[in-house]
Amino acid sequence: MSAALWQQIVFWALAVVMAFAAIRVVTTRNVVHAALYLVGTLLGAAAMYVLLFAEFVAWVQVLVYVGAIVVLMLFGLMLTRADIGKSNFDNDQRLLAAVCSAAVFGVTSWVLVDAFEGQEISLARTTGTTTASIGDAIFSAYVLPFEVVSVLLLAALVGAVVIARRDTGDE
Amino acid sequence: MPVHYFLVLSAFLFSIGIYGVLARQNAVLVLLSIELMLNAVNINLIAFSAWFEGRGLPGQIFALFVIAVAAAEVGVGLAIVILIYRNRQTVDVDEMSLMKW
Repeated sequence: MSAALWQQIVFWALAVVMAFAAIRVVTTRNVVHAALYLVGTLLGAAAMYVLLFAEFVAWVQVLVYVGAIVVLMLFGLMLTRADIGKSNFDNDQRLLAAVCSAAVFGVTSWVLVDAFEGQEISLARTTGTTTASIGDAIFSAYVLPFEVVSVLLLAALVGAVVIARRDTGDE
Repeated sequence: MPVHYFLVLSAFLFSIGIYGVLARQNAVLVLLSIELMLNAVNINLIAFSAWFEGRGLPGQIFALFVIAVAAAEVGVGLAIVILIYRNRQTVDVDEMSLMKW
């Protein structure tokens, strides 16, 4: 089989898994399962990045999203003692929310298909990994945004500590 | 491979995230849905980066920045959720109506 056919097969398999996991994230009645289904979607996205020649971003996705963010979410669920067995986490706007999201999906996908149908991503790639060029670009052309993101992460770190700290200064 | 496959998949994940944000009551589950939406945006960026092959990698670098900002957002968001839980013993977003008109 040709490489293009393989790519199509892999894409559709990943797309089905990701869509199923995403739907389960917002419909499951168990909060821990919701976080674990999110892992499924995030790993599918990482595999999609590999399919699109972005290996470095794929590994950052696995490390930061699956490794850190989902674990943080599980800690959040634990610390807020979310009722694991509670049957319903949805409010009474479910129908309205479904209509809203269906409308967004319909309009955006119609516009995107209309605008980009027939455009192809070239599969014939002979150059090796792009990690070196990403490093070059971040530390040359994008060095200022990179530093701004560093400051943002530091501010978020300090802010999270200040907000979540238990106040003990009343003696 | 047609570029609009990736774009429609990303639009689908984004709308699922919108549904989750609107329909979920638990604040942590709302944050999970926001992660879904950020991830959909990243798929878009990577797809366009592959489409614009040979003209630099702004899409991939922007995706890395989105991941960093998502990490910061989750840290601060969960701190706020934990603080609310400590003060009000609930993380139900429908009950946080103190500042609502």
